[in-house]
Amino acid sequence: MARAINSEIKAGRGSPHGGIFLDIASRRTPEYIRKRLPSMYHQFKELADVDITAEPMEIGPTCHYVMGGVEVDPDSAAARGSIEGLFAAGEVSGGMHGSNRLGGNSLSDLLVFGRRRAGVGAAEYATKIGERPKVAQSDVDEAVTEALAPFTRDSGENPFALQAELQQNMNDLVGLIRTADELEQAIKRLQELAARVHNAAATGGRAYNPSWHLALDLRNMLLVSECAAKAALMRQESRGGHTRDDFPKMDPVWRKVNLICKLDESGVQVVKQDIPEIPTRLLDLFEIDELHKYMTDEELTRHRDGGSLSDTTAASEGGAVNGVRRETARLARRRRGW
Amino acid sequence: MGYDAKLRVWRGDDEGGELKDFTVEVNEGEVVLDVIHRLQATQAPDLAVRWNCKAGKCGSCSAEVNGRPRLMCMTRMNTFTEQETVTVTPLRTFPVVRDLVTDVSFNYEKALEMPAFQPPAELKPGEYRMAQVDVERSQEFRKCIECFLCQNTCHVVRDHDENKPAFSGPRMFIRAAELDMHPLDAAENRKEFAQESQGLGMCNITKCCTEVCPEGIHITDNAIIPMKERVVDRKYDPLVWLGSKIFKRAGA
Repeated sequence: MARAINSEIKAGRGSPHGGIFLDIASRRTPEYIRKRLPSMYHQFKELADVDITAEPMEIGPTCHYVMGGVEVDPDSAAARGSIEGLFAAGEVSGGMHGSNRLGGNSLSDLLVFGRRRAGVGAAEYATKIGERPKVAQSDVDEAVTEALAPFTRDSGENPFALQAELQQNMNDLVGLIRTADELEQAIKRLQELAARVHNAAATGGRAYNPSWHLALDLRNMLLVSECAAKAALMRQESRGGHTRDDFPKMDPVWRKVNLICKLDESGVQVVKQDIPEIPTRLLDLFEIDELHKYMTDEELTRHRDGGSLSDTTAASEGGAVNGVRRETARLARRRRGW
Repeated sequence: MGYDAKLRVWRGDDEGGELKDFTVEVNEGEVVLDVIHRLQATQAPDLAVRWNCKAGKCGSCSAEVNGRPRLMCMTRMNTFTEQETVTVTPLRTFPVVRDLVTDVSFNYEKALEMPAFQPPAELKPGEYRMAQVDVERSQEFRKCIECFLCQNTCHVVRDHDENKPAFSGPRMFIRAAELDMHPLDAAENRKEFAQESQGLGMCNITKCCTEVCPEGIHITDNAIIPMKERVVDRKYDPLVWLGSKIFKRAGA
């Protein structure tokens, strides 16, 4: 949908403010809209004087979620990598939603990965380690110096201006529709921004000071931006929320890997990491026809019908057979309590 | 379309502060929070302001705009004239942390004192059944986003810190009413608690809380007044009083 909206706007058929019109007024009664979409009704009415029960609303696609995140152990939410005892609580853990999060799924994500996984996992870890780890005073001193550094940069840059620039860069070049050229350009600009971000200055005191917080946060924003841009450049296909104009098709080979970002002295490194194979019992719940779009022929040899790959299109009398099989699959799913 | 607005913002901390004048650019469709953010980004980087969703759903950006308790994200700049000075101050009922940020712990302390929903002993989770009308009645109070504008505007505690220990405020009164109306709540002393521990009687239904509620909850009409009536029924109705005496004697 976002891609379709984008191409309509590009073709010059957008609304006055550069979006498109969404009309629910002609399709549902005012009572239904007010009951089922109370927040949307309220916000459009209060903020834009638009009555969505009577007229269309102007909308546009925007970036509002990051499908990636911290790589964690799925059972304990402990972060993978070299830091022991680090847990990712809630939405910050990555990989939960594949390439595109469905609306509403974040709530269950943060409940499961906040409380049940990271909370319980961290508690278990803490009771098991026995002795409390000691922090070296020199590390603390270093961290304090680093944290307070923005106050000492008299000629440093305004962090709010830097954030706006970073945002614009990411929106323009690593946004909805991506190309290799633009991604390379974005990475170059991020490298230029890095030096300036490390010179961000804070004014005022230490109590509730947004400029100080932002000066510190900018380093992380920059890092995440670099990860997103470099991974997007490497992934030469389109999938879910990631659309490459120069590689518009989804490629089953790319489904088999996750891209993992690591930080070393020379910056962010992206490496391919194989994802675990889908167990056959799960694979067999699907009809083989449903899977061609997503999986390679090699992977499909493990499917119960995988032996007769070349016959699938020829089996025109297979309608009834397929119907029966689909029923079996549904029953199997039900039996497993899905 | 854009114009330069005159803005007056309170700046300071728990030791004191003052109103400062600023001139800030305003564009079409903007709200007070947008202008406060522009002020922060261009002229006052250390201006403390608490905010989150920018859509009237998180209840973080409560402040007083021209003396009226408002969510800054839902207060449109075109409700003021271009010549008007817009004054933004922190919530007056709670102690200031810095600039527009206040310490709203009072509300969380009162929430902690409130006995939680008490599950019915005879029903297991999954066996609860309620009539739709009962669900909808309490659903109105569940719309609360905890912006605490009602608590801020209530004259029982506004400028009267001495009343705070004895008074829980409208936000907690809707919670009390919700639980008292809940057909499955097993606690039987909700009315007594509201009167004796929450200070329900101190409310003299001026409806200020209802007026400032950004969610349009009928705090006074649907929660406080019915709750007061039920307290009266229980504690001051002579027939109920007599009945309880007789019942007690018979049971003894």
